Amino acid sequence: MFGFEPNEEQKMLVDSVQRYALNDLRAAAHDADEAGELPPALVKKGWELGVLQASIPEAYGGFGDRSAVTGVLAAEELGYGDLTAGLAVMAPAAYAIPILVAGTEEQKKSLLPPVVEGDWKPYVSAFVEPNLDFSAADMRTTAVRKNGSYVLNGVKTLVPHAANAAGLLVYAALDGKTQAFVVPPKSAGLKIGDREAWCGLNALPTHKLTLEGVTVPADARLGGDAGHDPQPLIAATQVAAAALAIGLAKAAYEYSLAYAKDRTVFGVPIAQKQSLAFMLAEMATDIEAIRLLVWEAAWLLDEGKDAAHAAQMAILGASDTAMMVTDRAVQLLGGHGYIREHPVERWMRNGRGVPNFPGMAMV
Amino acid sequence: MISFEIPDKVRNAVTLMTMVGENMMRPVARYFDDHEHEVPWDYINMMHDANKQMGGGGFVPSTDKPKKAEGEAPKKEGPRVAYQRLAYSAEALSWGDAALYLCSPVGLLGAAAVAATGTPEQKQRFLARFAGDKPVLDGMALTEPHAGSAMPADVRTTAVRDGDSGVLNGEKIFVTGAHKALIDTQGFLVIWATIDASAGRAGVRPFVVEAGTPGCTVTKLEHKLGIRASDTGSVVLQDCRIPFDNILGSPEVEKKTTEGFKGAMATFDASRPMVAASAMGIARATLETLKELLAQNGVTLRTGIPRSRMTNIEREVADMEIQLRSTWLLILKSVWMMDEKKPNNLEASMGKMRAGDVVVRITQKAVELLGPLGYSREHLIEKWFRDAKVNDLYEGTGQINRLIIARRILGYGRRELA
Repeated sequence: MFGFEPNEEQKMLVDSVQRYALNDLRAAAHDADEAGELPPALVKKGWELGVLQASIPEAYGGFGDRSAVTGVLAAEELGYGDLTAGLAVMAPAAYAIPILVAGTEEQKKSLLPPVVEGDWKPYVSAFVEPNLDFSAADMRTTAVRKNGSYVLNGVKTLVPHAANAAGLLVYAALDGKTQAFVVPPKSAGLKIGDREAWCGLNALPTHKLTLEGVTVPADARLGGDAGHDPQPLIAATQVAAAALAIGLAKAAYEYSLAYAKDRTVFGVPIAQKQSLAFMLAEMATDIEAIRLLVWEAAWLLDEGKDAAHAAQMAILGASDTAMMVTDRAVQLLGGHGYIREHPVERWMRNGRGVPNFPGMAMV
Repeated sequence: MISFEIPDKVRNAVTLMTMVGENMMRPVARYFDDHEHEVPWDYINMMHDANKQMGGGGFVPSTDKPKKAEGEAPKKEGPRVAYQRLAYSAEALSWGDAALYLCSPVGLLGAAAVAATGTPEQKQRFLARFAGDKPVLDGMALTEPHAGSAMPADVRTTAVRDGDSGVLNGEKIFVTGAHKALIDTQGFLVIWATIDASAGRAGVRPFVVEAGTPGCTVTKLEHKLGIRASDTGSVVLQDCRIPFDNILGSPEVEKKTTEGFKGAMATFDASRPMVAASAMGIARATLETLKELLAQNGVTLRTGIPRSRMTNIEREVADMEIQLRSTWLLILKSVWMMDEKKPNNLEASMGKMRAGDVVVRITQKAVELLGPLGYSREHLIEKWFRDAKVNDLYEGTGQINRLIIARRILGYGRRELA
């Protein structure tokens, strides 16, 4: 049967993440963006909500089972608070969930407990490459088998906290097929570039990663010798980014709606003008429709069904929605929208980046 | 719970309606487009038989629980899916042909108004006739020559009580299926009229006018851009006398309340998702046929690649798929809310507004992408492009639905946002 309402457990989680998103993330976002860093206590508090920990079974150090649907509900709230901080909080998920989904029993037993036990630590993944036609299914970074090991070569970008990473998951093409490898951060041949600067995401430190003949043992490949199907991982990271984007769009929509009711022109609130009210109607409708696309893709993942197409639709749809909604939010505020005092310009900068964010988070 | 599992009952309906669409609708779609106002009796009779076999009673789900004998244990109920099934059926039949779908003798807009506003006795009386010996069609008359979107608040058709009767006077236009409901079959129209033109929305009431009622005449059939198999008529009411119990809802007809107006709005909450679903059927047919024609002409569409690697046509098709699926899910949510008895006014308008936009964009783009093939009458693409546009007009234009959505999200009434 169809259902469009989170269950009680999910509602409780959404409530607690939303409180954190509004009281902590939203409150800190402006200053963090200006300062170029997130207060460590902020990320720590988000980590302690236990979204990832609740996705990892007890046998591997967590206290629950993974649900991509629950994950996108939580991710939307994080994006609603502040997408940049949301990516920081979720960064370890982009390392741990692939291990949970595609790892061997040994990999799960040895690699997962250090991630989920204790405080937030920068376990991160290196996914995106600095090419305009980057494709998750056709990467330029390569892995080749050599004497029972794998040798990795290539360049990655948008790797969060790479400079002090506790663990790295690197995606590379092995015989043309995308595979994930666990790479120790101190490996020989691994070069961490300077901190990158972007149009948005100012508070999140990301780096380029250059791999020159980085050699890892055979058991560094997720799934061991047999490897793994990369598609469910690509889909899970696409829906995570899509959910963050929906949250960001919702934030911009709500903010500009409230502003439009408050700001007057010719003696009435500007929201009483159809030209602006109709913009808001379209923003609300788009968010609602694309959110359901994200939910459906997540649900397909949970059901173990092919989610590739649905996840691609979700990330493309959510990218478009984030851009359309944040652009209109700036427009609704007029000149004030362009001033950094209001958050809408930041949401617009962060929203434009969404197509590049898969790989940085996962549900 | 969040789930996208299609229920068996719904899946079975889709299978059946798809067969109907493939075998009974597609082959004659062009013929009835070329022969405007010719009645598609084969389709009507076949649908009537199919509806009877499925238990009759029309497509419109009854909102009343079946009466229980005293002491009887409450019947175990599964999840309610009647409106979900209805939306899927409207989508699948419109995938066959939207114009023929509008000729379905199964209870459409008139039945929706009866279901939303009638008493249990009235629902029984009027909805049962869809399972009778002969097919009947229904319709709803709201628009008048002077106004469309302002209805029913600005209604000028009048109703006056005279003993045990109501007497109607006025003119209705753009009545979908008027001829089929009143002339071709022994059906009925639900007519929105006022018992006091000075009372505005407080005077609005729905009245059932049955075929053969003296004083009710179909005066004109429109010639349209699309949906030509479906007649669109003008109806003149001249001292049209109807029995008192054909006034839907509260028998206290003379008390001025906004119940009647609210009934019209409740009808829209049920009918807009169905119009939206019908639009989605046209859009899906167009997208599927576009892909087939591209393949036949040697254009391959790759999947699983990022936008930056797509050709223009791949990108257009990918965008169409996103629009189609996300809008369908929105409509599905709005009918799920109906089944769950949750207020769905906002979602119904959102789905309708977006469906109108999407079906128009997809069909216009498909004609463009296929060049002369799209523009040719050899294929149905150009027909679907013409059929599509009505979905952005009837059951509330895209603009009136934007107004409804805007008022809802802003917490405004008609005074703040006109």
